Amino acid sequence: MLFVFLKRNELELNDALFLQSTGTCCRKPNELRIVRCKLGAVPHADGSSYLELGNTKVLVSVFGPYEVRSNHRSKIMSESAFINCQYSMAPFSKQDRRTPRPRDKKNMEMTINLHQALKSVIRAELLPRTQIDVMVEVLTADGGNYCAALNASTLALIDAGVPLREYVIACTASLAKGEVPMVDISHLEETLGGPCLTVAMLPTSKQIAFTEMSQRFHVDHLEKVMATAQKGCEDMYKIINNAVRLYFKEIGFPNNFGQE
Amino acid sequence: MLKQKTFFRTNKKGDILKVVREHYLREDIWCGSRACGVCKAKDNEKVLDAKPKSKSAAVGEDHYIFLDTNAILDQIDALEDPHLTNLVILQTVMEEVKHRSSAAYKRLHEVTLDKSRKCYVFVNEHRFETFVERKQGETTNDRNDRAIRVAALWYQNHLHIKSVLLTDDAENRRKAQEMGLIAKPLSEYAEGTDSPTLCERLSSKRWGELRDEDQTKAYTPHLPMSAIQAGIKAGKLFKGPYFASRDNCLEATVKLDKRDVLLQGKASLNRAIDGDTVVVEILPESEWKAPSNLVVTSEDTDDVLEDASAEKQPTGRVVGIINRKFQQFCGILQVSPVAGHTRHLFVPAKRHIPKIRIETRQSERLADQRIVVAIDGWPVESKYPQGHFVRALGKIGDQETENEVLLLEHDIPCYKFSEAVLADLPDNDWTISDEELAKRQNLKNIVICSVDPPGCTDIDDALHCFELPNGNYEAGVHIADVSHFIRPGTNIDKEAAHRATTVYLTDQRIDMVPDLLSSNLCSLRGGEERLAFSCVWELSPQAEIISTRYHKSVIKSAAALTYGEAQAKIEDDTDQTAVATSLRCLYKLAKILKQRRIDNGALTLASPEIRFRIDPKTKEPLEVVAKPLLGTMSMVEEFMLLANVSVAEKILLEFPECALLRRHPEPPPMNFDPLIKAAGHQGFNIDASTGKNLSLSLDNAVKENDPYFNTMLRILTTRCMQQALYFSSGMTQKEMFFHYGLAAPIYTHFTSPIRRYSDVIVHRLLAACIGADVTYSDLLDKRKTDDLCGNLNYRKRMAQYAARASVMLHTHLFFRNKTELEEGYILFVKKNALQILIPKYGLEGTVILSSKDKNKPSPFEYNSDNHTQSAGDVVFHSFDRVVVQMSLDRSNVQHEKLQLKLVEPEVPGFSITTEGELVPAVEDTCG
Ligand SMILES: [Zn+2]
Repeated sequence: MLFVFLKRNELELNDALFLQSTGTCCRKPNELRIVRCKLGAVPHADGSSYLELGNTKVLVSVFGPYEVRSNHRSKIMSESAFINCQYSMAPFSKQDRRTPRPRDKKNMEMTINLHQALKSVIRAELLPRTQIDVMVEVLTADGGNYCAALNASTLALIDAGVPLREYVIACTASLAKGEVPMVDISHLEETLGGPCLTVAMLPTSKQIAFTEMSQRFHVDHLEKVMATAQKGCEDMYKIINNAVRLYFKEIGFPNNFGQE
Repeated sequence: MLKQKTFFRTNKKGDILKVVREHYLREDIWCGSRACGVCKAKDNEKVLDAKPKSKSAAVGEDHYIFLDTNAILDQIDALEDPHLTNLVILQTVMEEVKHRSSAAYKRLHEVTLDKSRKCYVFVNEHRFETFVERKQGETTNDRNDRAIRVAALWYQNHLHIKSVLLTDDAENRRKAQEMGLIAKPLSEYAEGTDSPTLCERLSSKRWGELRDEDQTKAYTPHLPMSAIQAGIKAGKLFKGPYFASRDNCLEATVKLDKRDVLLQGKASLNRAIDGDTVVVEILPESEWKAPSNLVVTSEDTDDVLEDASAEKQPTGRVVGIINRKFQQFCGILQVSPVAGHTRHLFVPAKRHIPKIRIETRQSERLADQRIVVAIDGWPVESKYPQGHFVRALGKIGDQETENEVLLLEHDIPCYKFSEAVLADLPDNDWTISDEELAKRQNLKNIVICSVDPPGCTDIDDALHCFELPNGNYEAGVHIADVSHFIRPGTNIDKEAAHRATTVYLTDQRIDMVPDLLSSNLCSLRGGEERLAFSCVWELSPQAEIISTRYHKSVIKSAAALTYGEAQAKIEDDTDQTAVATSLRCLYKLAKILKQRRIDNGALTLASPEIRFRIDPKTKEPLEVVAKPLLGTMSMVEEFMLLANVSVAEKILLEFPECALLRRHPEPPPMNFDPLIKAAGHQGFNIDASTGKNLSLSLDNAVKENDPYFNTMLRILTTRCMQQALYFSSGMTQKEMFFHYGLAAPIYTHFTSPIRRYSDVIVHRLLAACIGADVTYSDLLDKRKTDDLCGNLNYRKRMAQYAARASVMLHTHLFFRNKTELEEGYILFVKKNALQILIPKYGLEGTVILSSKDKNKPSPFEYNSDNHTQSAGDVVFHSFDRVVVQMSLDRSNVQHEKLQLKLVEPEVPGFSITTEGELVPAVEDTCG
């Protein structure tokens, strides 16, 4: 197992009172939850990753790129690769046990959102007439499921060796007490109310691949919440990039990647 | 370091839920002491002294004070005493306090913010070393106590300064001492200090045995919490708020969802106090009773008399108290007759609050003072609740003291504006900038004038009107642009939102915004350029609205008139100035508007209003003047109503989810029963099925020979009404928007932003509608608006009560050395009393119909069918005219009462001749 910890900033007194009154778990508003991740978590997949974002736990397996099977001929895009995403939640992932339904609306929506973000980084044009499967399984859901899923997908795609433009990283942000922006919202914080903004971005080129809001924001707040979410993405990028480099240092890589 | 808390709990449906919570343990939570060289806290975060000198003889060494949860909950008043400093409040304690009492938490929070107290909140649950995991079989309470001890020990080892744990729990103290901590009961610690007030403020919970005179067997123990919950679940017990009766101290009601439960007698009340949330058991139907209709003011009797005539109500008894509303009460000390006793009875000013036993050593000094006391609890074997002294207000009967009591009792924020608030004000020599002028419509050359009561310095509205070439009229209402000065989120804004309204008392005004705004920059004074928010209509000669415009403007009022001056100008035909013609147009249109409103079913109600002429030096009331009713008053009112309705429509259109509106619910039909009955006895039929019918039947109920009869009916009708309320349009169903009294489908308050915060919000909404200002998030948040409305409604109600109480206080001052014969009218005939309204003073009093000599039977006979009292050939009906003698009964220093004694009609053995023997015991119920 490979664990990467974010270095935590020092807590200030005012924050202590603040955290207490917002009912959070003693995290500063600008701190991410603890991120732990592992590449190559599923042996029989072409690429895979396991990622924990606080208590949210996600497993992603990538299969491919492989040639499209005959029964999927209709989907073939002769010019580029076909990306097949699938997002699902384990029956035990939420507070109450639930039997998964095949055409769950929520899961389908998440699948589409994931697809949108991944499409922007996968260099599908290099792999014509192929298919890439990205299978996401949420093991424990505790807020920020989309972020965990997307970040883990990035790792798994890297593990599988799929050509990417760059990383795609997601993070959430919200407003505490209606005024203080805070990053990486846990389920508890989600239920405390307040709108939640999800941003997926390409950290190097600073492009935004996807955004979603759970509720209406007042325009006055949008800017700072957006900035907070982007800052969260950048912090997350550092952790994930570090994890990738450590992983390849361990298993070795032809170009001495991660060795420098 | 991350700790995971996983636990399972069941939800309402019985499903099992897995809850996983993160819990971070960190090393960067500092101790907050100046003595510390290890922690990397910033200087301003170090609040605890490096050498915390001991202030109590109970502990010799320097130390920091730690408190456990119960010590804080029980002794919050003592904790607020500034004598205790260098406190460490642990997060464990803070959270427990928050969980158990939000009021105590709020006060504790205030203490922690007070810099002079050197009070540090230590987040011990997240500090690596002080986090304590619950052991197998350990209760949460035990675990929390252990967490407190562990944290105190950590401080002691970390700083090498003693930690003193103050707790009333002996077991906790023993364990703490085993660990090497100093542990004391708070009372022992407080008694060792040289502060005179700290000990007085200690809770009575530490008292041991009760004295004989306090013992009683009247009460039964409350059920344990588990039994209560099971009972509620099984539908046998019911939970609801407890309201003590204002007239009868042995009666109370508990409001349940569907019905009200009547509680009668001490045993049934079972130690509940007004404002508590209680659990009641409903008695079998055979024991259901009607409210007693009696006025009982002495706690010493326990005979509940039944009124057979009224409808029976479910009765019940209190079996448990879920939530005590621990409040502070004003009152006086009833010094114990035994010399040297330290326990005395405290008599609250509010009659529906029982007497409270307190302990004080300064009884002599406090005997003639108004004091504030808090209740600590009410043991089952005790006759009285037990409490403790909080502070003294001043000498009884002093106008200043009584005023303070009044403000305190109505929870009116009357402290001076803070520096932070004053810093938000514009400069004294503020003028309108050219930039501002360019953004606004310039109405300086239009003849605008204001009409207000005499002596008004916060003029927030002005009017204009002239005839247009096409025969229509242009009429405008200009309101002080307060939202220009009070920007959202500033300190001044927060303060105004907290105060919510300006409070008008007889001899003072407690402003919502500082004087510079209320009496100067926002006041539309004559001849000065002012910023205004204008609402301008084109009205047809029939006063129909053809078009409406809203804009921010600059105006220069031509004249600030009083109602009387304006009336004179209108009536003086020779006066052809622009102001006079403008007023005449307004007057004409207002008449049509008013008629239309009344035709639609708006009610004209009456409430007796009087004013005191006050000696400017001594502030003593000199004489009583009835408020005159002038046509110009209703003229201004009509246009304000028109503006309010127009603005309400506009903001609801633009902001259907978050408009702040005002509604007046239609009263439930049964509210009108007393009115209909009373009028019925006089041969008039009141139809209260709709507002319109009510209005019509009131108009028709006129007695030729008794002009005051109609006014009385209207006074009674006012009593049937419900309170009008502010609300957020997004949180209320559309059908409920209606304003019953004004017969308006929607209504809001726009016209008095200087003295009402609701109007400030409405101004902001309207400004956003017309693009003159930007919105901000709280303005568009319907929940925030709704919360705000809650406060506005509360403050408004309190301000009304305070104003009434202030009039009462001045009436009493006025009658101190007087006895007068006055004409009065019987408002209600009760079983043992007559309630009498005295129009001249606008006050009500009660004449209790019993002989003073208890052995003699009362000469009166009550007829419950038609609500009359008769003695011989004299029969008293509602609305009958009587003559009473008024004087002030000062025998009870706390409740100076207006005494009414019947003079006419003559009832032998009861009524008095002006010099003769005084018999009846009489008192007023307005206080
Ligand atoms: Zn330290």
